[in-house]
Amino acid sequence: MNCPVGQSRTDQHSSDKLFFSYQQMEPVSLPPLSRVAICGGTHGNEMSGVYMVKELQKQKADQTGSVSVTTVLTNPRAVDACRRYIEIDLNRCFTDALLSAPVTDSTPYELRRARELNAQLGPKGSPEAVDLLCDIHNTTANMGMCLIFYSLDWITLHIYKYIKSKMTSTPVRAIQLDIPNSEAYSLESVGKHGFAIEVGPQPNGVVRADIFNMVREAVDLTKEWLQAFNSGNTFAGGEVEAYTLVRSVDYPRDPTTSDITAAIHPQLQDNDFKLLRPGNPTFLSFSGETVKHEGDELYPFFVNECAYYEKKIAFHLARKITLTFPSVSVKKD
Amino acid sequence: MSSYGGSVRFSEARRVAIFGGTHGNEMSGVTLVNLWVKNGVEIQRKRVETRPFITNPKAVEKCTRYVDTDLNRAFSPENLSAPGGDDLPYEVQRAQEINRIFGPKGSPEAYDVIFDLHNTTSNMGCTLILESSKDHFNLQMMNYIKKAIAPASCLVLLNEHPLLKYSTSRSVAKHPVGLEVGPQPQGVLRSNIFEAMRVILKHALDFIELFNEGMEFPPCTVEVFRVLERIDYPRDANGNIIAMVHPNLQDCDWEPLNPGDPMFQTFDGKTIHYQGSGTVYPTFINEAAYYEKQQAFVTTRRETLVASAIRKA
Repeated sequence: MNCPVGQSRTDQHSSDKLFFSYQQMEPVSLPPLSRVAICGGTHGNEMSGVYMVKELQKQKADQTGSVSVTTVLTNPRAVDACRRYIEIDLNRCFTDALLSAPVTDSTPYELRRARELNAQLGPKGSPEAVDLLCDIHNTTANMGMCLIFYSLDWITLHIYKYIKSKMTSTPVRAIQLDIPNSEAYSLESVGKHGFAIEVGPQPNGVVRADIFNMVREAVDLTKEWLQAFNSGNTFAGGEVEAYTLVRSVDYPRDPTTSDITAAIHPQLQDNDFKLLRPGNPTFLSFSGETVKHEGDELYPFFVNECAYYEKKIAFHLARKITLTFPSVSVKKD
Repeated sequence: MSSYGGSVRFSEARRVAIFGGTHGNEMSGVTLVNLWVKNGVEIQRKRVETRPFITNPKAVEKCTRYVDTDLNRAFSPENLSAPGGDDLPYEVQRAQEINRIFGPKGSPEAYDVIFDLHNTTSNMGCTLILESSKDHFNLQMMNYIKKAIAPASCLVLLNEHPLLKYSTSRSVAKHPVGLEVGPQPQGVLRSNIFEAMRVILKHALDFIELFNEGMEFPPCTVEVFRVLERIDYPRDANGNIIAMVHPNLQDCDWEPLNPGDPMFQTFDGKTIHYQGSGTVYPTFINEAAYYEKQQAFVTTRRETLVASAIRKA
């Protein structure tokens, strides 16, 4: 269930909120969340998710109290090859249009896989879809833990608030992609509720124990919250800050060859979510010149993500917003 | 080379190569070599030809470590003399080609020095890799580099192990020098790592220029870390890893690992301890490319090597 209100903009100069504060929002009751999917290996070289799913499958943790847990290694061929994808990025295959287009002999592997996953965990937009879909990812950027989601969904916001309040080993942030569900392209949009758990920094092909343990904790906390929700707890509403994408910046490139001509500046490298002001350095060219940020003060993230070189993205820029949400409890009938 | 009045004589280093892209996703070397192929002013020195060269262009194009097989393991005598031409794995063909251009390996025509540029996901900082403890020219060069970049650190890894030593692309030259800088993820270019590698090369080329001009380098000692053994991840009966490098060991390259110290952590949180008989110095801890080579890290011991005085012949 997605309610449209509850978003306001905070900037440095004023804190006027355009909508109701959370205390004025009516408490919401929602049906129990009994089916959750934990997914990993959507990008075959992002190892926390791969090993988390394998570990959950080893433990045969299919039922935790009121919650039935399905674990899926979503791109097994890419996992075997330890590559991001075989033909195309699986995590861009879940728009309504791509899921319903006809299959031909030339349909890429990942598009076929997306349909299989949609049948298994969805169909997207239908009552049969899993209640919650968590997709585990890693990034080479220094982003700590981020929950990434599309819609202003009360369940996701409550889980985010819960994880953030309990995790001390790393900053936990929320990234909201302002895209309608039909155009949402990533796996988590298949569930009735969904979010990606993105943790970094970790190189492709590497499993770091500290990063893995953060993922394990976040998954455990998610299951904990679901159990508590299903058994009748009321979770108080609140306000959280989130980051929402404004635009992306590419690397400086040679106009003839389009080879990159600069690296992320050392003062921006590893400083995801640190406010970027006009005049702050963004790139250091191979010949020693500094490129500077121009325009609005914004928050950089996905700074120097390996997989984004081919998407022509050196970093994303976001503004901070405040999301308010009501208290929730399970609907008793 | 010959000895005269206590100083070991080497002929001038006239032909020097700088290899990048031996692993196509190790971006510092790829970027530096591409830069210098376009404009080589920075690497020019008097009395020496310095040739920048991309060794594995197909892997570089796909931004992958290798296409068929690891180029940096491909320079064995069997591979270099294997018949078969186009039917051979891509990297074996490349090895033969590189051996033709920069070798032949072991012959008087081979290049004097080859610098092979690499990155690692391990927290190794700047590392120079030495293949022979008796290469006084290389030892003197490494001593020069270490002193030039001090107080920044540049350590020397010696891999002379009869079983663990491997046939590198640089081994085609009379004096092979590996440059390994990390940590950097594959496919990523970090500015600090890139600039660090650039500075090391600058000093290395300065050394060669001074040597070629006739400077005598007095005897010196060089601290090295000598490779002892490879330690694999704990695995189950099917070969799947069942534990990760322990958080206490992760990023602690070159720091002492004592018997009883935590070494691995299972996915459900149990600690596996190091059971060796003495203190070792681990490195290449959690290198992405070594999961498939059954290596979680390599152990080393500290040694001090003595380099004779050297001078050009």
